[in-house]
Amino acid sequence: MRTKYFLALTIAVLLGSGMLVFANPPAGSGSISGKITYTGTPPKMKPIDMSKEPSCAKQHATPVMTENVATGPGNALAWVVIYISAGDQESSAPSQAVRYDQKGCQYLPHVLPMQISQQLQIYNDDQTSHNIHPLAKVNSEWNKSQPPGSPPIDTKYEKAEFIPVKCNIHPWMHGYFVVLNTSHYAVSGEDGSYSIKGLPPGKYTLTAWQEQYSQQSQDVTISGSETKTANFTFKVLPY
Amino acid sequence: MTLKKFAVTFVLGSMALVTVGATSMRAQSHVNSPDPALGTPSVDSTESHIGGLTGHAADGKKLYRRFCIGCHGPDGNGQGMNAQWIDPKPRDFTEATFKCRSTPTGTLPTDDDLYNAITRGFVTTNMPAWRPLTPQERANLVAFVKTWSPRWAKEKPGTPLTIPAETPITIESILHGRQLFQKLECWKCHGPQGHGDGPSADTLTDSKNNPIRPYDFSSGSRFMCGVTNQDLYRIFMTGLDGSPMPSFADVVKPDEAWDLVHFLRTLQPLKTQEAGLWQTYKAAHGADIKPIGPDAVAGGK
Repeated sequence: MRTKYFLALTIAVLLGSGMLVFANPPAGSGSISGKITYTGTPPKMKPIDMSKEPSCAKQHATPVMTENVATGPGNALAWVVIYISAGDQESSAPSQAVRYDQKGCQYLPHVLPMQISQQLQIYNDDQTSHNIHPLAKVNSEWNKSQPPGSPPIDTKYEKAEFIPVKCNIHPWMHGYFVVLNTSHYAVSGEDGSYSIKGLPPGKYTLTAWQEQYSQQSQDVTISGSETKTANFTFKVLPY
Repeated sequence: MTLKKFAVTFVLGSMALVTVGATSMRAQSHVNSPDPALGTPSVDSTESHIGGLTGHAADGKKLYRRFCIGCHGPDGNGQGMNAQWIDPKPRDFTEATFKCRSTPTGTLPTDDDLYNAITRGFVTTNMPAWRPLTPQERANLVAFVKTWSPRWAKEKPGTPLTIPAETPITIESILHGRQLFQKLECWKCHGPQGHGDGPSADTLTDSKNNPIRPYDFSSGSRFMCGVTNQDLYRIFMTGLDGSPMPSFADVVKPDEAWDLVHFLRTLQPLKTQEAGLWQTYKAAHGADIKPIGPDAVAGGK
């Protein structure tokens, strides 16, 4: 009886692990890294006036700046999503949820990439109500109130899309959900650098997306466990 | 002379025929050939079902071309000839996003929701009440409106909100509703007195980035989606999709929602039971009532 139970358990565990292995292709050891920069004069980011929401204003010693063209030293461009747009193997979404915070009347992070069907949890860490309004066009558009102390909103998106997110109560709040058809993506940091790891050998199209300056692509071929460099330069305008 | 006249008539006549033919062919293909990429629809998306009525898109198309095309446009995208003169803008049916729904935010409305919208019209907008059309004609229009977006072939409408029986209208209920109005920060847009002049009111835009006003309770006008307490309950619980008005269904319990309804009624210049109770309370306790707004402690009376 006991042996039988043990056997069944072993089979179940084996099956379970087997399914996990088959669901996602084996992770490769190739990687792509690079730097996102701009040429031209970027628009000046403006300080945000949060005086209408004192509970948020007092959380920031210096005013928060708008982030639609976030630049760093050496012409670096931050908040650019770099992802494999073609050539990647299909993979199911990771079980790990991505987290989006409303804190100090800001969206953290400003740009949140995720995979199709990946769990998305939205938190309100503020002492004020927010309404979270992702302006989806391909996916369905919804708009929910989230008063202080509410449980996180648990959701997911089933189609690839760049979705602007806004709060109608605090009109300066602005961010993006980037729903991708790949598990290989990265967001450029303040120094413009990024790195995508775990790529199996293959021919890929790598795309960089910036919320104001659209997308650009280049082809990258990975063989073995090498690290390829792929830089992107966005032309920016001061207005 | 006669020959010339004949030629002119012939040319004009054939032009008219070609135009009519082309238009009907185009509309025909729009209704009858679903996008091959969409797969087989689980429900017949060219029909609508309202009570015992079955609406047919092919019949609705004729009515649409007669009554709706001027504003909602030949492509259903809300860009008809009149649209430029209209504010708020006519609905863009290709997005299948609707304000007045009984279904949760982000889901498709039911056929009844669309039928009611056509029947009722939208107060404070250019959309009239279409009561002159027969119920069958309105049902046909519902069926046709649903052909503008592929979502109708792929998705089912959401599950309509269940509205429990209304709780008694008492001053306690009104006062609790008032706390909620403060706590949920309805006043940020609708204003401390419900005049539609809250601190965020001037910044509001709809999903197409057009400016939009929050409802002014002091206008005493009908609500966008009905007139009854039940309609009011449904409006803030499901939200008005495509507008800044969010859904409160996840954060407000049913009895709290009724309290909020009872308080909201006191903001209207109408002789309602709620307004009467509130006036009496204000006369007796006027000094104790803390104003709603940024200075009030959230949750305080």
